Amino acid sequence: MKLVTERRDISSPLLRFFAPVASIAVALVCAGFLLLATGVNPLEAYREILYESLGSVYGLSETLVKATPLIFAGLGVSLAFRMQIWNIGAEGQIYMGAMGATWVALFSGLTNHWLLMAGMFAAAMICGGVWAGVAGFLRARWEVNEVIVTLLMNYIAILLVDFLVYGPWRDPQGFNFPLTAQFADAARFANYFDTRLHSGFFLALLCALLLYLFMERTIWGYQIRVIGSNPQAARYAGMRTGKTIFAVLFISGAIAGVAGFSEVAGLQYRLSHGISPGYGYTAIIVAWLARRSAVGVIIVSLLMGVLLVGGDSLQMLWQLPIAFIYAFQGLILFCLLAADFFIVYRLKLVRGTRHG
Amino acid sequence: MVEILLDATIRAGTPILFATLGAILNERAGIINLGIEGLMLIGALAGFAGTFTSGSPLIGVVAAFAAAFVAGGIHALITVQLRGNQIVSGLALTMFGIGITALFGRTMVGETITGLERVAIPGLAQLPVVGRAVFSQDLLIYTSFVLVFALWFFFYRTRVGLALRTVGENPAAADTCGLSVSCYRFFAVTIGAGLVGIGGAYLSLAMTPMWIENMSAGRGWIAVALVIFSGWSSQRALLGAYLFGGITAMQLRFQAVGTDISTHILQMLPYAFTILVLVVSTIRLQKGAGQQPQSLGLPYDREDRK
Amino acid sequence: MAELLQIKNIRKTFPGVVALDDVSFSVEAGEIHTLLGENGAGKSTLMNVLTGLYHPDRGELLLDGKQVQFTSPRNSLARGIGMVHQHFMLVPAHTVFDNILLAMDRVPLIYDRKTFQQKIQKIIDEFELDLDLNARVWKLSIGAQQWIELIKLLLRDCRLLILDEPTAVLTPQEADRLFAVLRRLQQQGKSIIFISHKMREVMDISDRVTVLKKGRSIATLERGQFDRETLATLMIGSDQIPQWQKNLQMSDKIVLDIRNLSVRNDRGLADLDDFSLQLKEGEILGIAGVAGNGQKALAEALTGLKPVNRGRILAGEQDLTHSSARASYISGIAHIPEDRKSIGIAPDLNVADNLIMKSFKNPCYRHGIFQNLRAIRGNARDKVSRFAIKTGSDTAPVRYLSGGNIQKVIIARELSERPKVLVALYPTRGLDIGSAEYVHKVITDGAADGMSTILIAEDLDELLKLCDRIAVIFRGRLIGYADPRTTTREEIGLMMSGEKRRIAS
Repeated sequence: MKLVTERRDISSPLLRFFAPVASIAVALVCAGFLLLATGVNPLEAYREILYESLGSVYGLSETLVKATPLIFAGLGVSLAFRMQIWNIGAEGQIYMGAMGATWVALFSGLTNHWLLMAGMFAAAMICGGVWAGVAGFLRARWEVNEVIVTLLMNYIAILLVDFLVYGPWRDPQGFNFPLTAQFADAARFANYFDTRLHSGFFLALLCALLLYLFMERTIWGYQIRVIGSNPQAARYAGMRTGKTIFAVLFISGAIAGVAGFSEVAGLQYRLSHGISPGYGYTAIIVAWLARRSAVGVIIVSLLMGVLLVGGDSLQMLWQLPIAFIYAFQGLILFCLLAADFFIVYRLKLVRGTRHG
Repeated sequence: MVEILLDATIRAGTPILFATLGAILNERAGIINLGIEGLMLIGALAGFAGTFTSGSPLIGVVAAFAAAFVAGGIHALITVQLRGNQIVSGLALTMFGIGITALFGRTMVGETITGLERVAIPGLAQLPVVGRAVFSQDLLIYTSFVLVFALWFFFYRTRVGLALRTVGENPAAADTCGLSVSCYRFFAVTIGAGLVGIGGAYLSLAMTPMWIENMSAGRGWIAVALVIFSGWSSQRALLGAYLFGGITAMQLRFQAVGTDISTHILQMLPYAFTILVLVVSTIRLQKGAGQQPQSLGLPYDREDRK
Repeated sequence: MAELLQIKNIRKTFPGVVALDDVSFSVEAGEIHTLLGENGAGKSTLMNVLTGLYHPDRGELLLDGKQVQFTSPRNSLARGIGMVHQHFMLVPAHTVFDNILLAMDRVPLIYDRKTFQQKIQKIIDEFELDLDLNARVWKLSIGAQQWIELIKLLLRDCRLLILDEPTAVLTPQEADRLFAVLRRLQQQGKSIIFISHKMREVMDISDRVTVLKKGRSIATLERGQFDRETLATLMIGSDQIPQWQKNLQMSDKIVLDIRNLSVRNDRGLADLDDFSLQLKEGEILGIAGVAGNGQKALAEALTGLKPVNRGRILAGEQDLTHSSARASYISGIAHIPEDRKSIGIAPDLNVADNLIMKSFKNPCYRHGIFQNLRAIRGNARDKVSRFAIKTGSDTAPVRYLSGGNIQKVIIARELSERPKVLVALYPTRGLDIGSAEYVHKVITDGAADGMSTILIAEDLDELLKLCDRIAVIFRGRLIGYADPRTTTREEIGLMMSGEKRRIAS
C-alpha cells in the first residue's frame, strides 16, 4: 500500500472557508502545548487574551489601536502580493515613515494643524516609499531578490532611527532616554471616547477603501492584476512590467510608512527606539491570510490586534516574552500552508506490488 | 594586528559559513529556505542549553544539529510533501524560531558555560600570521573547513550528490530515473537545516558563550544572500562568509578603538554591504556566472500537466 | 509469440477531463506496436500510467501474465519498462555522462568515472551513435538528446521501450536512422511501443497498430490489415475535413518585409540567422520546419517580444524592428503565441478582463483612469457569442476553461482590432478536431478579408491544406519556398533537414 496525492476536481467553497478557520484552531492547540511546556495553563491564557482584548470598552479600543498599524502595513504588503512581489520590509518602512513624520512635526516649523498633518503624511509616504522603492528599483532593473533586500533594509532602518534618537534628535530634557521631544498638540491626531483610539484607525479604513477602488476599478489596478496573474502574458500584451514593479513596491512602502505616521501622531507623540514591536512582520501574515481582499486585511488585522493586546497581558501576568506572539504567528502560517494543500489535493491509498 | 584581525574574521565568518552551506544544500535540491534566521536561533539556544545541562560543548553541538533538523523538518514537510509556498513557509519558520527561542530561552538568560576551546594543531599553530588564525581554532572551525570540501566532493563526485543536483534542476528527470524526489528534497532540507543549526550554535558556544534573545541579529538573512553570491558553490560560500567576517571584525575593531562614527552607523555596514554584494552577484549571475538550480522554488507535482 | 504486457480497461481522469476512458491492448515480445491517435487522444497519459507516473482510476496491467501496479517509475524500470518522453527528461546544465549515469543501476556511492564511461561508450559504439560524453546537454541538437534518452533505457536492460512521438523533433533523415536502431533492438528481442500520428512512419515500422480515440482504444490491427486510409478513418472517424479554397489571386502588395533578420538567444547562439521573408496581402504563408529551428524566435521578433540583433522588419512604410509588443500590436500585427497557458492569458482573471488585455487603454474601455466596466462586459458578451466561447460563469477565472476555449479567447482578442498581419504559432496544438477546424476557419476567413497570416505549424497536413505558400526554415535560415499545390512531403522533408535548398517564389 502506498499513500499518494491527487488533485481534487473542484475545491469546494465550504472547504475553502473552513480551511483557514481550522488552521487557526490547530495553531491554537499547538501553541497551547508550547504554553504548557513553559508552565502556563493554555486555557487560562486564552481566556485572558479574549477577556483583555474584547471584554471591555477599553480592551476593544486597545484592539483597534493595535490593529491600526497592521491595517496600513497589511494593505501595503498585500498590494505587493497582488503582483507576486514580496515586501518583507514593512517593519523598516514603518520606522522610516515614523522618522519622516517626526521630522516634519519637530523641525519643519509648521504650526497649522492641517498643514502639519498633510506634511507629516506626505513625508511618511515618501520615506516609506523610497525605502521600499530601493528594493523595487533593484528588482525591476536587475531582478535582485526583493525578499532579501526589503528584509535587510529593516535592519538598516531600525539602526538609522536608533542613530537619530540616541544622537542628533535626542530630547535634551529626556534624561538620556532614546526619545525625541514630544510633538506639539497641532501635530497630534484627535482621540475618541476617552480612549487611546485615534484618527489613524479611520484613516486606515479609508485607505483600505481607496486601495480597493484602485485595484478593482482603475486601469493601473487592472495592469497590476494582469502582471500578478501572469507577468509573461503582461509583457506579451505590451505592459511595462519593470516600471510597474517599482511603482507597486513604492506605493506598498508608502502605505506601510503611513503606519509609522499614525503611530507617532496618534499614540506615541514622539519618535523612540523600538517604535514598532514587529507590526511589519505581522503584516505579512495579515496579507497572506487576507489573500486578495482589502476587507480581509481589516478583518485579519483586528484578529491579530486581539492577539497582540492579549500578548501584552500575558507578558505582564506570566512574564512571557512578547516574542512568543511570533511563535504563534509562525504556527498559524504553517497550518495555513498545510490547509492549502488539502484544499487542492486529497490523499488516496494505492496498492502497489512489490518489486525486487 | 593582521593576525588578530584574521582570527576575528574567521571566527565571525564561521556561523555565517555553516548557515550558507546549509542553505546551499537546501537550494541545490530546489527548496528555498528563508527560515535560516530562525534555524540559527534554534541552533544557538539548543546548543547553549545542551552544553549548559551536559557540561560538554560537543553535546551542545549535537543538540543544535538535532533541534534545527527537526525544525527544518517542518519546512520540509510543508514545502516537499504538501507543496506549500516555500517563501511563506520559510518566513513562518523564521518567526517560529524567533518566538520559540524567546519563550524557552527565558531560563537560560544570564547563565554561563564554558564554550568551545581552541585546539592548536601541533607544528602548524606556530606558523606566522596564519598560525593562530587558521591552525589554532576550535573544533567547529576545523569542521567547517572539512565541510566545505566534503560538500564539493558530495555534489560532484558521488552518485547521491549527482541525484540531488538533478532533483534541483529537473525533478521530473530524476523521477523517471526512479529516484524519489520527495525523499531527496526532504533530507536535503533537514540536513541543511541541521548545518544551519550548528552555525547558530557557534554563536552561543564560541563567539559569545551565552544566550541572548535574538542573538543571530540578521546573520541568517546575510547567509541567504550569500547563497546567491556563492553561485551555489561551497568554496565561494567560504569566501563570502569570511568577507562578512572581515567586515564584522573591522566594525568591532573600530568600535573598540573608538571613533567619531556612531556605533549605529557602523552596525549598518554588514547589512548595507550584503545588499551591495547581492546586487553585484545577481548581475554576475545573469551574465552566466554560476548556475541557479533550474527548479528552485517550484514544488514538484508529478501529475501537474503542462 | 508470448504476451509481454496486457493493458485492460484503463481509465484515468484529471480534474474536469477524462483523459483515458477505457483502453485495452497488449504487447508481444519482440514486436513494434504502434499507438496511433490524434493530439489529445490520450496516448501520453496512457504511457504515463504504464510507467507508474500516473495512477489509473480503474483497470489493470498484466506483465508476463501477472498483475502489476506501479506507483513510481522506479517500479516499472525494475520490471524492464522504460520510456523516452516527448519532453526529454534531461538536465540541460549537466553533461551527457552525468545524465546517463543517473539512470544507471548499481552505481556505487563513490563511483569510478572511467569504468562507467567505458560502459556507456560501448553502447554508443555498438549503435554507431555520435555523442561526446563530456558535452553539456544544452549544447547538443534535439536529435542527439534523444539518443541520450535511448541509451539510458538500453543501459537499464529494458525489455519494453516506449517512445512517445520520437520523430516529432527529428528530420525525416534522422527519423530513418532511429528506425534502423529500433529494428535492431527488435531483432534483439525487445518490444517497442511506438507512439505517433504520422501515417507514413506508422505504415513503415509497425507490426501491429492500436488506434486510440478520445481516450478509448477502438481497434488493434495486424500488419497487412491496415493501410493509410483505414487508419486515417479510424483515427479521425467519419468527421469530414472540408477543403478550403486556396487564395489563388494573391495580391502583389507586400505587407511585411523581413530583411536579413538575426536574433540571438540567451546563450548568444543565433536563433535566426540572416532570415528574409516577404508576406503578401491576404496571403497565408506557412512556415515548415522541425521544432526548435527558429520558429519561436521569428514569431517573437515579429511581435516585438524579442530584440533583433541585425536586419530589419518593415510593415509598409513603418519600421517595426525595435518596437515593443504594444507598438507592434497597434501597427497591426496580432500574435497567437505558442504556449497559450503560459503567455497568452492571465489565468486568474475572468474572460472579460482577458479579452481587453491589449486594448485596456483604449478610450472606449475607460473613463479617465477608471475602467469602463459596462463597455468591458459588453465587449465580453459580444466576443463570447461571436466566437462561441464556452465559459462557466462570467466571473470565473479563465484557467478553468478548456484548452480550446482558452485558444478562442486569445484569438478573439487578437483579431478584435482587425489586424493586418496575424502571426500564429502552432495555433491548433493540443486542440480537439472541432476547435482546430474553428481556428482554421478563422484564419481563412481573415484571409478573405485581406488579413495576411504567417502560420507556423509542425503538422505538414495542416500547412498543405491551408497555405498559399510554404517557407521552410532550418537552423534559423530560410531554406526555400514550396508551392503546396505541387510539392510533395518528401521534398519538404528534405528541405526541413537542410539537404535541399530552393530559393525562389
